[in-house]
Amino acid sequence: MTKPESEWTWKELPVGNVVLEPGNASQYRTGDWKTLKPILNKDLCIHCGLCYIFCPDMAYNLSEEGYFIADLFYCKGCGICAKECPTGAITMVMEEEEK
Amino acid sequence: MGKRVGMEVSIAAAEAVKQCNVDVVSAYPITPQTHIVEHLSEIVANGELDAEFFCVESEHSALSVCVGSEAVGARSFTCTSAQGLALLSEITYIVSGLRLPIVMIVANRTLSAPLSIWNDHSDAMMIRDCGWIQYFVENGQEVYDHVFISYRTAEDREVLFPAIINMDGFTLSHVIEPIELIEQEKIDQFLSPYQPLYSLHPDHPVTMGAFALPSIFAETKKAQEVALCSSMPKILEVWKAFGDLTGRYYRPIETYQAEGADTLLITMGSFGETASVAVDQMRAEGRSVGLVKIRLWRPFPFDDFKNAVKGAKHLVVIDRAVSVGGPKGPVASEVKSALYGMEGHPAIYDFVAGISGRDVAPIDFIKMVDKAKIEIEEGNQEGYELYGVRE
Repeated sequence: MTKPESEWTWKELPVGNVVLEPGNASQYRTGDWKTLKPILNKDLCIHCGLCYIFCPDMAYNLSEEGYFIADLFYCKGCGICAKECPTGAITMVMEEEEK
Repeated sequence: MGKRVGMEVSIAAAEAVKQCNVDVVSAYPITPQTHIVEHLSEIVANGELDAEFFCVESEHSALSVCVGSEAVGARSFTCTSAQGLALLSEITYIVSGLRLPIVMIVANRTLSAPLSIWNDHSDAMMIRDCGWIQYFVENGQEVYDHVFISYRTAEDREVLFPAIINMDGFTLSHVIEPIELIEQEKIDQFLSPYQPLYSLHPDHPVTMGAFALPSIFAETKKAQEVALCSSMPKILEVWKAFGDLTGRYYRPIETYQAEGADTLLITMGSFGETASVAVDQMRAEGRSVGLVKIRLWRPFPFDDFKNAVKGAKHLVVIDRAVSVGGPKGPVASEVKSALYGMEGHPAIYDFVAGISGRDVAPIDFIKMVDKAKIEIEEGNQEGYELYGVRE
């Protein structure tokens, strides 16, 4: 997407609204749907990767330090990671309450 | 000039589809469309046409298959009637939104209930706003000709819209008419192989049918509406090219004895033939009555229509469907919209006649003109009635 869809005029749309650029869904910020965001307590994390496995949006990535971290550009805040975490290392907090 | 042969109109339609060298036929049989798809299945089975014939389980699938095949660049055909059209109606909006130039014949039939297999335009009116080019043809020759015309128009890069050929069920589909067949060389010259603007191919991936948020949906609809209305010059150009090829020139609005007529009958579809006989009779009696036939239903040819009725005092619109609880007949509703605000516009009297295939003979058209004249002269400027209903 060269620009946000709210800036497209009707004259610029391809015939049949075909999406011509493959894979451009990766540019779509689903992260702005969320109200809750996951916060990881690294002291409790056992690196099991269940958050990474269960995340329905594949928002988790392995960091160089060996922790699975949610990419908030994609994370919709569903909380499945927090629910599945066997050690309770992930808590969901309101975005504006982040310290 | 091509060979003129006696042929059932449905068979002629199927032969035209064969001559267009379609790649995919996907249809589900329903009366009165059955003979078209039946004959096409024979043509494919006999090896006369190199196409995939899909035996689907419903009309919804019939058109859905065409969406997929057209999206990979295969020229696709389907046909249906009434309940079948209702079942596939969901897909009609998708086809036009994706701008896939599928051609579909609708052998017009009454929508149930009560269950009826006979002809009227209630099925076509149900999908009036689906965004396809929509023709209403008058006789077998027009059905045959419009298969070629539809593909060439629909597939034009400046159009890229699907097209529906509406032909009256039984009245046209099941009668044997003289059809002038066109030589294959001429068709090949008239209709080039389909070259899609975009198609699904792994080497050049594109996405068709993506989701749109409210922030962009209105823009997509505006683009679609402007594009359909702007395809009018191309529709006319293709009719002109077809006329140059065959000598049969078609126009969005056809007139018969309409010049200077005080009263004009307005018809759509096969009514035109019968009404012209009635006009001849009334003209022979010295009455100033003519006929205006609407061939192009979408995009509606507002300017041509206004020109055709200019100067007339009474319009007698013959509808073949009821808009229950709405503006009565859908054709009359369009006619009124076209003429709204026009200075000194004619009085419009609307009859709904011949629903569910009830016969409408030349004498009935004369009776309707007589009735309208009396009513209008008594001050009923926008009358409406279901013609011939027993009280």
